[in-house]
Amino acid sequence: MNAIPHDPMVPVPFRIEKVRRDLSDTFTMEMVPEAGGDFTFRPGQFNMLYVFGVGEVPISISGDPADRSVLVHTTRAVGTVTEALDALKPGDVLGVRGPFGTAWPVEATFGHDLVFVAGGVGLAPLRPAIYQAMAHRERFGRVIVLYGARTPEDILYKKELERWRGRFDLDVLVTVDRATGKWGGNVGVVTNLVTRGGFDPLNTASFVCGPEVMMRYAAAALEKKGVSRDKIWVSVERNMKCGCGLCGHCQWGPHFTCKDGPVFRYDTIADLFQIREL
Amino acid sequence: MVKPENLGRIIDEHPFFQGIDAPLRELLIGCAANERYDAGQFLFRQGQSAEKFFLIRAGTVAVEIDQPGRPPIIIETIAEGDIAGWAWMVAPYQSTFDARAMNLVRALSFDAQCLRRKMEADPALGFEVMRRFVPVMAHRLAAARLQMLDLYGPTKKPKAAKPAKPEKAEAKSKGKNRAADARLEKATGKKKKDG
Amino acid sequence: MMAKAKSDGVAVSVLDKDGLGDFIKNLRKSGYQVFGPRRDNDAVIYDLIDGADDLPAGWGSEQKGGHYRLRQRDDGAWFGYGLGPQGWKRQLYPPRQKLFAATRTEGGGFTLAPPAPPAPPMAFIGVRACELAAIARQAKVFGDRDFADPGYQHRLADALIVAVQCGEALDTCFCASMGTGPEVKSGFDIKLTEVIDKNHHVFVAEAGTPRGAKLLKAAKPASQADIKAAAQVVKNAETQQKHLDPAAARALAANPEHPRWDQVAARCLTCGNCTMVCPTCFCTTVEDVTDLKGDNAERWRKWDSCFTSDFSYIHGGAVRTETRSRYRQWITHKLSTWVDQFDETGCVGCGRCITWCPVGIDITEEAAVITGQGRI
Repeated sequence: MNAIPHDPMVPVPFRIEKVRRDLSDTFTMEMVPEAGGDFTFRPGQFNMLYVFGVGEVPISISGDPADRSVLVHTTRAVGTVTEALDALKPGDVLGVRGPFGTAWPVEATFGHDLVFVAGGVGLAPLRPAIYQAMAHRERFGRVIVLYGARTPEDILYKKELERWRGRFDLDVLVTVDRATGKWGGNVGVVTNLVTRGGFDPLNTASFVCGPEVMMRYAAAALEKKGVSRDKIWVSVERNMKCGCGLCGHCQWGPHFTCKDGPVFRYDTIADLFQIREL
Repeated sequence: MVKPENLGRIIDEHPFFQGIDAPLRELLIGCAANERYDAGQFLFRQGQSAEKFFLIRAGTVAVEIDQPGRPPIIIETIAEGDIAGWAWMVAPYQSTFDARAMNLVRALSFDAQCLRRKMEADPALGFEVMRRFVPVMAHRLAAARLQMLDLYGPTKKPKAAKPAKPEKAEAKSKGKNRAADARLEKATGKKKKDG
Repeated sequence: MMAKAKSDGVAVSVLDKDGLGDFIKNLRKSGYQVFGPRRDNDAVIYDLIDGADDLPAGWGSEQKGGHYRLRQRDDGAWFGYGLGPQGWKRQLYPPRQKLFAATRTEGGGFTLAPPAPPAPPMAFIGVRACELAAIARQAKVFGDRDFADPGYQHRLADALIVAVQCGEALDTCFCASMGTGPEVKSGFDIKLTEVIDKNHHVFVAEAGTPRGAKLLKAAKPASQADIKAAAQVVKNAETQQKHLDPAAARALAANPEHPRWDQVAARCLTCGNCTMVCPTCFCTTVEDVTDLKGDNAERWRKWDSCFTSDFSYIHGGAVRTETRSRYRQWITHKLSTWVDQFDETGCVGCGRCITWCPVGIDITEEAAVITGQGRI
């Protein structure tokens, strides 16, 4: 069962089972449909989450696509609706519309070295793809996660990153923009980690997610290393009111970000990144 | 003491020196030394005379700023393959930051005075060295700027995106539109003097 | 999905003024909400009409950039008013639509109210060729894709469409350039052509669907003279003052930094009139409201305009802050990227945006200049 009724503008009630605080302003919710059943999605897709009487906001799904029993969302509280989501507790009900949008092409990139480049809360929309890649680990060459956070206190999914790093078949490199002397890891932008390499650029596919500026520079760094434009994917955000191609708000050039994206192959949209106020 | 042939090999293998020609290679070997720093030791300190620049072969170096009463702020970490230090090229040749070994660091150091002398004597050689250094600095500058943007920082709390109410002029216009003045008066509780 | 047949080889009938009046009355008796043109506030708008007496007989309009005036005609035509400010978007995709209502329940949940029963079917009297094309454009936006709008689809499927062919083009019309008129070719139940002669004022009528044919069963067959006159009426409307080359206009998307954008931005007020009157513009927003106690919530869909300052708002700011980028978005979408999205142009050549722009910005002129056609 997917949460899309006949009318895609009507939400389906989901009940929150668990809430975990990840960072001072970021939290993860696990929820299940009130009416029961599974929720299926592809990594990179998003839902429109509705808080009763407050409003709706598009949030990427951040759980494991192989686990259909629960729907997971990691959200950062930055505005009215996300702050209202932050106030919800286990047992509360919210509305879900989705899943919407395009997916990270995990299966289509079998056979490559896979490099995930994440910035800040951008690690959340990538996590489902990381899970899916690890479930098919033998189909890839090297798998590398490059993650940039603001400070050591802002590292998202820290324990999970440590667990991933503990696997012998996954490279995890973390850097922060700022740190005090107590931090023993890398300091600097995540593009520096791209420049360091550790992957075969001629046979690499890369999924990049984070603030738009970071994605532009990360894609440029990947290209500089020799990764081909048509093997880089980014996830773009725009204003969304419906999430399903009807309201017109999310348009970016000829694309509806909600249905031609949010995941775009870089070569198809690289020129759009250059146009100011598109 | 590492023999010159070994130094030569190290230089040849290092990406920074890709495609280097023989004269420059010899020159660099002549000014080079193998170094080792234990965790916590400093490669250079802010304000010190910049005697050397370093090519990191192993380990991580924290470029940092010391502040009184608090832990130092790490601006950037430099690792294997990177260059540390370019104050040696820019008068008054004083290091701008501290560079601390975060773990066991092996590096090749290059004697700055030795190199500067030879660069002044042979401008073509000097140009070759500059040609390799400037891209490193450009790359560092771009990266530093991106870091400055604080891209992952919390976004400003958005103002309520409601359409603005049409402005209504306050009463008693006296030939001038006083709406703005009236709003200011309301906001500050003071009457604005006519200028 | 709408499926209306073409009108080839169908019997041609004729209705006189009383006949058309009775026709409208019968539609109301059958339970249709009948919408048609009527005078209101010095304009001709589409609204509910009781009968033929409500039609703006004898009224015409004078339109050009930033200018709309009604004027009296000397021939008493019932459908000689040109185009009103809005097409049939107001009826088919209303400015405010309730998407759902929900009520809080015990235990932190909420239930959704069952959807409202469908409204009585609508009948539209006086739909012009460009308006039919606009309806088809929106039907594609709201129907022919992954996610459809069931509301629009139902309203359109139930609607009875009585089209009318234009006998003259306004100064702002360019449907001929866009291939959408003036001849009415498809998408109608009944097509009328008003024929006015010395003492002869009739409506030549053709059915476009079985439903339309049934309604015209009792009508007299048209004479050859009337049929010929009707053909001439449409021909008269083919002479148009404005032109736009839709193929050339595709190049708008490739010219994001053309200097002309600054020039039009200096004139454009971002008032959004063009988006309100355009019969194909479909952007909407959603508004969530609750009652005072917060126990009942509703979500409403409302028309929106890409010209508003917060249309493209994300992360604390708008993407399109400047007038320049908002005007560019509107016209580029309408004439260029719409084609990438829907395989057809979004503009039907009705010219309303020219008439209702307070500063008279002309879409045909801007498109021509920016794509290097010069002024046509």
